[in-house]
Formats: sequence, C-alpha cells, structure tokens
Amino acid sequence: MNLLEYHAKALVLAPAGIPLLEGAFCRTVDEVEAAAKRLGPCVIKAQVPVGKRGKAGGIRLAQTPDEARAAAKAILGMVIDGHRTDAVLIEKLAPIAREFYASVLHAPRERASLVLFAAEGGMDIEEIAAGKPDSIRRHLVETPDHFTHAEAMAMLDGLGLGPNQGAIASVLVSLYRRYRETDAELIEINPLAQLKSGEIVALDCKFSLDDAVAYRQPEIAAAGCPDKMTRLEAEAAALGLKFIELDGNVGILANGAGLTMTTMDVVAHLGGKPANFLEIGGDAYTKAEPALKMLLSKPEVRSLVINFCGAFARTDVMTRGVIEAWRSLAPKIPVFFSVHGTGEDEAVALVREEFNVVPFDLMEDAVQAAIEAAR
Amino acid sequence: MSRFPLLRRTDRVLVLGMTGTQGTFWSERMIETGTNIVAGVNPKRAGMQHLGKPIFASAKEAVRTLAVDVAVMFVPPGLAGAAALDVIDADIPGLVMLTEHIPTHDMIAVFARARAAGTRIVGPNTAGLVTPGEAFVGIMPGHNANVFQPGRVGVISRSGSLGTLICLNLTRAGFGQSSFIGIGGDPMIGTTTLDALRALDGDEGTDAVVMVGEIGGGMEEEAAGYAATMKKPAVSFIAGGAAPPGRRMGHAGAIVAGNVGSYRGKRAALEKAGVIVADTPHAIVQALAGKLSAGKGRDTGD
Repeated sequence: MNLLEYHAKALVLAPAGIPLLEGAFCRTVDEVEAAAKRLGPCVIKAQVPVGKRGKAGGIRLAQTPDEARAAAKAILGMVIDGHRTDAVLIEKLAPIAREFYASVLHAPRERASLVLFAAEGGMDIEEIAAGKPDSIRRHLVETPDHFTHAEAMAMLDGLGLGPNQGAIASVLVSLYRRYRETDAELIEINPLAQLKSGEIVALDCKFSLDDAVAYRQPEIAAAGCPDKMTRLEAEAAALGLKFIELDGNVGILANGAGLTMTTMDVVAHLGGKPANFLEIGGDAYTKAEPALKMLLSKPEVRSLVINFCGAFARTDVMTRGVIEAWRSLAPKIPVFFSVHGTGEDEAVALVREEFNVVPFDLMEDAVQAAIEAAR
Repeated sequence: MSRFPLLRRTDRVLVLGMTGTQGTFWSERMIETGTNIVAGVNPKRAGMQHLGKPIFASAKEAVRTLAVDVAVMFVPPGLAGAAALDVIDADIPGLVMLTEHIPTHDMIAVFARARAAGTRIVGPNTAGLVTPGEAFVGIMPGHNANVFQPGRVGVISRSGSLGTLICLNLTRAGFGQSSFIGIGGDPMIGTTTLDALRALDGDEGTDAVVMVGEIGGGMEEEAAGYAATMKKPAVSFIAGGAAPPGRRMGHAGAIVAGNVGSYRGKRAALEKAGVIVADTPHAIVQALAGKLSAGKGRDTGD
C-alpha cells in the first residue's frame, strides 16, 4: 500500500524532523488560491500514488495566486496512469542548488535493509545507476536498529558534499529510523535538495507499507491508497480472496498461488485466454462458493476450469463449495475438473454425483477441454 | 548431524502451536508418517500432554530436557517473529516457518538473530519439507502415498499446491522423490532456490532436481549460475508466464516490478545454464525422463 506524497511527508518524514518546504494539501481551486496568497511563488503537484507526474502535466509552477488557481484547475480531475487527481499539494517555490537521491528499503537477498544515497537526484534510481553509477552509495544494515551517524558519514565520504555532509547523514539516519518505526517496505526521497540558501529539504517522498502490518500502523494504513482494483476484485479482497480480472473467456478457480498461476499459464500456452486469477488457498479454501459466484457473474466467461491440488486445502471442502454455488446459480457454461491431493477420493465422488463426469487426470487435459468449449 | 533443509526420519522435531486445530491435524499426519515429534510448545498448556507428547511453555524450556533438531511453527503472523526468536535462542539448528503474512520487519530481526546464532530457516510462507517414506514437517500431504513415494528426484518449490501437483505427477510416472523442499512464497526467505539446490546436489540420494519457481525476485536466476556447474540434471517450471506485470499474484513474492522477476528473464537464465524449462507441469515428467535416460546411457557407455 502506497501513500500520497503529502501523507508520506506529513506522517513519515515530518515526525522525524526531516526538513520540508512550507505547503498545504488542497482539494479545491479556492483552497489553492488562498494558500498561494500566503506562500507566494509556488509549485502545485497532483496527489496520485504514481511516479512521472511531471511528465503527465501534473506538476506546475505559479508566480501569482491567479496562476496557482489556473494550475490547480488544470490538475484537479486529471487522470494520471489510471488514478484520478482529487487533491494537490501546494508548496512554496525554493531555488535549488543541487539534487540528491535517498532511500531505505528491504534487501531480500541479504535478508536485511539497504540504505541508498546518490549524489544525483530527480530521476529514477535505475536511470542514475545506468548513467552515473559512481554517484551511488549503498549501506547494508544487517543488525536492525543499528545505523549510526558515523556510518552514514562514512557512506557519504568522497561524494564532494562539502559542509552539507553532516546534515545529509542526519537525514539518512532519520529515514532509516522511520523505515523501522513505520513498517515501511520503502521510503524514498527523490529529490532530496540542497537549496540555494544551503538548507537540505525533502522535495518529494514515496512510501510503501508492508501489506501485512496494517493492523499495527493504523494511521498510515488509513491514509494509504488502496491498490487499483475493479469492483469484483475489491469485493473479493473484502472476503480475503485474491482475484485478478483478465480479458479472456476461460474462467479459472484453483487453490494456491502457484497452482492458480500455473492454470493461467497452461490456458495461455494451449492457445486459450484466461479470464482471471482466482485463488482459494490457505484459510480461504472454505470460500469456494462466494469465489465462484463472483467469477460466474462475469458474462465473458464461456467455460470454467476447476483445478484443485490439496495440500493444506482440502479438495472435498472446496468441491462442496463449488456444488453449492452451482446449485444456487445454475450456470449454463461447461465446467472441467482436475482434482488431486488431500480429500481427493471424496471430492471425485462428489463431482461424479453432481456433474456426472469424472475429473480429468491431467490438468492440461481439463484446460484443453475448457479452451475448446469456450471457442 | 542434521542435514537440514533435508529432513531425516531421525530428526527430533518440536512443534510450536501443536495444540491448535491445524497444529493438531498436521501433527497427527506427521506422526502417522513417521516423523519423530518429541514435544510441542504452547505457553498456556505447559505441563500437559498432547497426542502423547509433552507440551512446554517455550522452545527454550523444551531444550532443557530434550534434544531438538528441527522446530516447525503453527503460529499466527503477529506472534511468529517472537516464536522464531525463542527457537533461535534455544539453539535449535533448523526452523521451518509455515506462516504467511509475517511482517517483514519482524523477519529482518529474526534473520539477523539467526545469522548470529547459526540457525537455518526454511520459509516463511512455506508448506514444509518432505522426505517420502521417512518424515515430513509442515502442511504438505506427506502422508499421502499417491503424491509422495521414496525415490531419487529432489524437488524444490516456492508453492505448496503446485509442488504437490508436480510430486504427484512424478510419482505416477514412477519417479519417487528423495526430498521435497518447500522454500516459501515470500520475497525474503531463509532458504533460497540456490541453497536448496546446493543441498540436493550434495545429497547422495538425489540423482536429479526439479526446480519449481515463479515470477518475482531473482532467486531462479541466482540458482541458474550454480545449476550450470552441476553434474546432476535439472528440470524447471516457472509459474506466472501469463501473469500481468505489476500485479501481486497471490504470493507476496510473485510480482514483476519493472524488468525484475520476469518469466522471460528467468527462463533465459535457466536455459542458458542447460536447465530444461517445461511449458506445463506434465512436461516436467517428460523432460526428466529424457534427461535421466540420457544420463543412464552415458554411464553404461563408460
């Protein structure tokens, strides 16, 4: 889950004392105009949880309150990468002397955390890595909560930061501390700027929360932007089901992330078009009925593959859920089963009794039959 | 000596959260399969017996009177980090973490402590370890002879459900398994594809390896470098080739972010290393049959 720039600054950076420009979060052109009267020359930035806002026209400069109003009018309502702009951040314009990059993130391979800094900023870290690799410094924090100012200073040596090195090191230490305190996956300040006045300020901030921790980060979770989801995907998420809609016509119900992805892959490999990813793994294996009801509400679905391989999930329980959904909806589309693993004998008996078919031994054959039926 | 992450019949197993519904169900299955469960842990049931095994307040309490080689956890996500630290502090050499959705910052602390103590971790978000005919720990149908049979093919899988299907296919084709190593679907895990591949490469009971990967991260690419140096044949399947980019496909680790973790990149790295990448699960069996008969031919020709 990501935060808007404004919320990342207000909830994550400000409490650590990381310097920010004076600004305001506005939802209307009137609010923007009023703020511009107070701030003077300013920058107006679309608040959507994606990058490249400038390229999309979502960041504009204004010298006067009238210009600020016009800029806000242009930006509010703008759709950037699928996200509608409902608010802007207006900040006092400050002349910049130099831009840097700073972030803290998980290092899965090292099973630790990584502090990254670049003496270049304002572009993606991938672009910096490609164009100016020597400007990047990496510091791996292997013992949690042990990242000192001295280590940050050492990390920055040789980058020619001059008298600002100490202030930047302080920002890095604070950033790491907030990363730990807020259960962040990533906090990125890009750019971190040195103003002409000499001050170091965070001009932008990107924040990603670990999806597993919403319960212990209630303030951040409440401000977070939910993933872009369709209506059905959101309904499924509320039930604890992972549903991703695709544009094909072969419906898929399977258990476990790996097996569900594989069912999609085999549909595509054999020349069909998967209609969805829908997984009833883990504790959700008792939810076959609501899951299938959601899937069958899609009119594009012309045939259905049900592919169960029970380990933790019991195939007999999942099959009963399928039968319940089938009885209540009486769908007119053909369904093709492959069922193995825990509870297999009972599940196969249930399928024979209810659908008068024997499940396919190989999932590949069930998928092939479903593709042919969907044509 | 423990061969963790390979599991032996003689490994002495401690089950954390043994008295809960899932802990009980799977402990029964483990015991009937031959797993040497020596005790369970539940702070509220210390001093009791469950399934004929003593229950202790903590792993540290258990190891005062019992030797333990492997701990397996049926513990909810919010408590799993603290339970893992208890196991590490008890100097138990191998830990299997089944729990999904453990906060990553808790795991960063667990991994730091495990590094210092020398504890080896499998998971989190794994379905467990199976040595057919000997023992299993976790939530795999290790007790089901249709799925698992003793043999000489080692299987590594990020997914429990897909790993089960592939072992079932192998068993039906007459390929028993030396070991199943479920490594887990999280992006940050204790035993990587490469770690598991090294263990199976060094295992005298394993003639060939099946690597079941999925999109996301760089573990398969990393393992490919090692696979290129192996004498034992390796066959792979990578799930998620048809997945849309930028979406998390059920597992926290199964996401293609920018150019990182793509199906195409993994497949290319594995094929460059001489690993056959199968297009469907059943094609693994066919590829393996080809590789093993080719290998046999070479051996008898000497």
